[in-house]
Amino acid sequence: MTASASIIVVGASWGGLAALSRLLGSLPDDFGVPVAVVQHRSKNADALLASLLQDVTGLRVVDVEDKEALEPRSVYIAPANYHMLVDWGHLTLTTDPLVRFSRPSIDVTFMSAADTYMTSTIGVVLTGANDDGSRGLRHIVNRGGRAVIQSPESAESRTMPEAARIAVPEADVLPLDEIAAHLTSMVSAAQAKPHVRAV
Amino acid sequence: MALQIAATPAASEGDGSTYDPDLERIEISLLLEGVYRHYGFDFRSYAFASIRRRLWKRIEAEGLATISELQAHILHDPPMMEKLLLDLSINVTAMFRDPSFYRAFREHVIPLLRTYPFIRLWHAGCATGEEVYSMAILLQEEGLYDRSRIYATDINEVVLRKAKEGIFPLDRMQEYTENYIAAGGKRAFSDYYVARYDGALFSPGLTKNVVFSLHNLVTDRSFAEFNVILCRNVMIYFDKALQGKVHGLFYESLAQFGILVLGSKESLRFSSCEDKYDQINGPEKIFRKAR
Repeated sequence: MTASASIIVVGASWGGLAALSRLLGSLPDDFGVPVAVVQHRSKNADALLASLLQDVTGLRVVDVEDKEALEPRSVYIAPANYHMLVDWGHLTLTTDPLVRFSRPSIDVTFMSAADTYMTSTIGVVLTGANDDGSRGLRHIVNRGGRAVIQSPESAESRTMPEAARIAVPEADVLPLDEIAAHLTSMVSAAQAKPHVRAV
Repeated sequence: MALQIAATPAASEGDGSTYDPDLERIEISLLLEGVYRHYGFDFRSYAFASIRRRLWKRIEAEGLATISELQAHILHDPPMMEKLLLDLSINVTAMFRDPSFYRAFREHVIPLLRTYPFIRLWHAGCATGEEVYSMAILLQEEGLYDRSRIYATDINEVVLRKAKEGIFPLDRMQEYTENYIAAGGKRAFSDYYVARYDGALFSPGLTKNVVFSLHNLVTDRSFAEFNVILCRNVMIYFDKALQGKVHGLFYESLAQFGILVLGSKESLRFSSCEDKYDQINGPEKIFRKAR
């Protein structure tokens, strides 16, 4: 087992709402690692995504504002029309140009997470109809972090997971329904060292 | 840090073994210290993750390998500093960005401004001026422009010159027209510009009450008392300490009941000024100085 997980970054595009609902809805309410989510959406989208996801999870779902502090038991949703960067203990937003037609860009968030939290970063690529996320996931693994990809067969749109699998052949590829349990075991195995997690 | 955007997924060099984030932090702080002491531009309190990203984009564009290498170029080659200044100081924006903000401004702020004989607005960090022209259009449509003065400031001379010219890319006019309509625009957006070469030249009447001026939020002081301060998506590039300092500057610069406008994802929550303002519109980040 590598160093303990400090952050999980999740990228989703087409079909993402349903996939995120399943994934987040299956994480335990005491999930100890902050989860930062990038879901592609229209530039004028409002906080609806966060409130829809809040309905399915006992974790706190946050529509991110600049310099939002990262805390356990929380899910952070990248706002529409901003890139979201991971920094030590908080998130910072930018209006830098679109990256490969996207803002928020999954790659941008993943790379910043990897450069900050190195080996304690876990990246997750879900359904989507483009190849955003594959460069970022590659970068996470290059920095010693770990990669999880939704199996293309279980994805509403298989393009994004397939691109990620080509970029990161060493990633764990799992059906959507098994990802939450996998993340939970990765996190609890890593956290078992400093203190025993409450059951 | 590996290639950011240009990297092909397969071309990963397994650089995890050589990358040292602590060393990178030292390199970045040395570079910013050098820039400050040699050129006088103070980026030392900018948000680390976004400045790191922008520095690496410059390093890749120049075909360099490390931040220290970039530092040598910047300190010995002033044109490289000019490039970096653009990299670090340009905040990308659009006309009528976040149309719902302009609607809220019309609804909640304009009625207050009508009660003033003269209105002073400060657009802090105006970059290439898109939002300044948007506000000028809005004030004109509300019949308040003739008694308004907009002070549009930025730290970067190059972008201020562009802002003064009032020429924006033609290929963005469709997007801006949609924004304008969604923002509650009252005329045809094309009334405000003429197509010229590949640019849209905006009516010079829109800037007759605009003063474009250099101002550095990090090092300069307040220069007047304002009824409205707009600073949208500028402070997201600052770290928390600098944000707090700039909030102090804005508070000092606002008249009683003055209006402060931030970007839609910026917050007073993390500053010490939260209790000094009333919220006029939460989602659109419009506040009024209350005490």
